[in-house]
Amino acid sequence: MTSDNGIEVDGLVREFKGGIRAVDGIHFRVEPGEIYGFLGPNGAGKSTTVLMLTTLLPPTSGTARVAGYDIVSQGSHVRESIGAALQEAALDPLLTGREHLRLQTTLHGLPKRERVSRGAELLERVGLADAGDRKVGGYSGGMKRRLDLALALVHSPRILFLDEPTTGLDPQSRSDLWDEVGRLAREDGVTVMLTTQYLEEADVLADRVGIIDQGRIVAEGTPEALKAEVGRPSLEVIPADKSGCDRLATVLSRFGEAVDAPDGAVAVRLERGADELTAVVRALDAENVGIEHFQLHSPSLDDVFLAKTGHKLEAEDETGEREAVPV
Amino acid sequence: MRTLLAQVGEMARRSITQTLRQPALIVPPILFPLCLLAVNVGGLDAATKLPGFPTDSYLNFAIAIPFMQGALFAAINAGSSLARDVETGFLKRLALTPMQRAALLLGNLGGVMTVALVSSLIYLAVGLAAGLEIKAGVGGAIVLLILGLLIALAFAALGALVGLRAGSGEAVQGLFPVFFIFLFLSSQALPRPLIEQEWFRTIATWNPVSYLLEGIRSVVITGWDDVALERGFAVAIVLCVLGIAGASRALRTRLVRT
Repeated sequence: MTSDNGIEVDGLVREFKGGIRAVDGIHFRVEPGEIYGFLGPNGAGKSTTVLMLTTLLPPTSGTARVAGYDIVSQGSHVRESIGAALQEAALDPLLTGREHLRLQTTLHGLPKRERVSRGAELLERVGLADAGDRKVGGYSGGMKRRLDLALALVHSPRILFLDEPTTGLDPQSRSDLWDEVGRLAREDGVTVMLTTQYLEEADVLADRVGIIDQGRIVAEGTPEALKAEVGRPSLEVIPADKSGCDRLATVLSRFGEAVDAPDGAVAVRLERGADELTAVVRALDAENVGIEHFQLHSPSLDDVFLAKTGHKLEAEDETGEREAVPV
Repeated sequence: MRTLLAQVGEMARRSITQTLRQPALIVPPILFPLCLLAVNVGGLDAATKLPGFPTDSYLNFAIAIPFMQGALFAAINAGSSLARDVETGFLKRLALTPMQRAALLLGNLGGVMTVALVSSLIYLAVGLAAGLEIKAGVGGAIVLLILGLLIALAFAALGALVGLRAGSGEAVQGLFPVFFIFLFLSSQALPRPLIEQEWFRTIATWNPVSYLLEGIRSVVITGWDDVALERGFAVAIVLCVLGIAGASRALRTRLVRT
């Protein structure tokens, strides 16, 4: 039995027409008050999982309990316990922010006297008090996302699902949203399940991360544990004299295996980790190899993703979208 | 029941707010039918000289048409609004609340009907100002309004059905010419017995829109014509039932939740 604020998923499968398995037998557990990051590229099965857990899509097989309720047989109880901001900020461009909140508070059955005050409180909380009487059609992407979050919080849910909440947002809006989500978990004890394509988002926000690829969870744990699992840091060095790359490589090869590096640089994965840095510097000095740039790279979630899936989550493109690319 | 009423009220309020903020959804349903009425009355008045024409005022004959055209606009408005909710994902947001499905449909139709009521009152007021005489008197005017609203409800429900099934505003807009074909192939311009072409008369006889028009016309021209009213109300009720049942079914498919 899942505790009241938790999520327990057991062998969840969703198959679409043509036998396509968007979600292929996943298992995971989200503890009460935890922020769980569900990380994966487009089409990995993140949103399909969220739709099933929020009762909007029946699973093909498997079971899941959200807030202690079965997602298939106790859908209405699940919905009473959760709030969700789905992938698209689904808002009515013709209504104002305040009217959205009025509609949402009424549909959630809040007493009439509380509706206005709850709406005002939430607008204040997400920083939209001044824009509350403007039509949503004129809101920026960040404002829409913040209103979306406010709407998900109308009935004080115990569990919050956020499906790619910061996709397409500018860095400031993204950071503001992270602060608010972090505060919800820390101060209000809300359990948060967050899907994201952004490694940084999962790293900064999530207590634990589940990495999903092609409908399967390929790794799960705290960001630190996952990174430690992948291995040791790498050292990238650019010689002062560009013709000295070969000598530099020879020296560095004593400390670990060579890894990919940009043109003009040499990189190795340090066999004994960051403890070897001093020895590396001494060796380079002893061999008279001048250094222009010297950088230690700790393993990132991208390295974890690469190690677990064989491809990487590519850097953000101009539209704010990322995709998995084979390497 | 109180919860359902509160939900219906809020959804209707949303529907009315949406409409009020889109003048394109208010002005055409009022102006276009009245403009067409003016053109028809001006151009076809000579038709009243035809032997067997039931009235000597073409206005009395043609006043039923704006109500039908208003109903077409109700269909487009109801369908477009629901299709937009499907397209924007707003329907999913609503699905996550304890909202009952009936509240969405009734609220949407309630909002559209409010606009239809205002439009109907304007058609009637303009008609009366232009010399319309309602043979069945004040009671007849009330029955005319009720039948007009029932027709608007039936068409709005059919529009909602298409909007929910297709989930596309363009598909709903595509309904407009289809509905207009039904209107043109009916007894809208002439009483059925006076239609000379047999094929046209046959189509008009099978076309349910003819009976809706004749029901409205009867209180204006004939007085209390039980047969015409029964047929008019029967067709409107059947269309209402079909439209609402179809829209409810489409909503069950669209608004999936466990």
